[in-house]
Amino acid sequence: MSETNDRPAGGPGGARPARAGRKDDKGPAGRRGGFRRRRVCKFCVEHIEQISYKDVRMLSGFVPERGKIQPRRISGTCAAHQRKLQVAIKRARQLALIPYLTD
Amino acid sequence: MSAHRQYELVYLLPAESSEQDVADLHTHIEQILGRFSAVIDKTEAWGRRKLAYEIGPHKEAIYVLHQFTGPADLIRELDRRLKVNDKVIRHLVVRVDEENRVADRRRAERTAHIRARRVARGLSPEPEPAAPEAAPVQDSMEEVEG
Repeated sequence: MSETNDRPAGGPGGARPARAGRKDDKGPAGRRGGFRRRRVCKFCVEHIEQISYKDVRMLSGFVPERGKIQPRRISGTCAAHQRKLQVAIKRARQLALIPYLTD
Repeated sequence: MSAHRQYELVYLLPAESSEQDVADLHTHIEQILGRFSAVIDKTEAWGRRKLAYEIGPHKEAIYVLHQFTGPADLIRELDRRLKVNDKVIRHLVVRVDEENRVADRRRAERTAHIRARRVARGLSPEPEPAAPEAAPVQDSMEEVEG
């Protein structure tokens, strides 16, 4: 009950039926995926003030195999830092430090 | 007259280019900067790096970073020059002073906060070499009590 009904009636059409089953749901739910560690923002925890496009090693941690930017819901980065991270990754891509995509 | 700001410039040269080419471009950029009374604060040569993807025929490139202070008008000219220059595979100019300022302020706030807390706990504001050992003991004591 609490698992499926806690969302405010998701607008007309209920665009995302898959939501209830997603592993990364917050709270003690997500039973299907088993226990998942609570994700915290790396930059907040480590007090990293600046996210630079030059720090390839750090950035590549947020760019999985495929080359796409890891979404916040996976990495746990807070919104403010994700925005900065996004800019840094895009700059690094321009300089061919990080791939746009990899196959 | 316009305010001077801090920028970072990174550019990529073909891996085949000689030391002379790199030096030539450096002086070329210095000349452009000089005309706008801008100064290079720092230069970092990252050397040869493998590109994350191929840019035309290039698989590797020589990376060079300049940090400089200059007026805003300069950027348009510099950007144009680098775009025209065949020897530069790619370049990027980023303004950094604002982000640096914010980061410095945050860092200062944090150290001030840490100091204030240390003083409140009856310690000296600066953590002494012995402090890291002493602190955990205190923490564990508190845990036992609570």
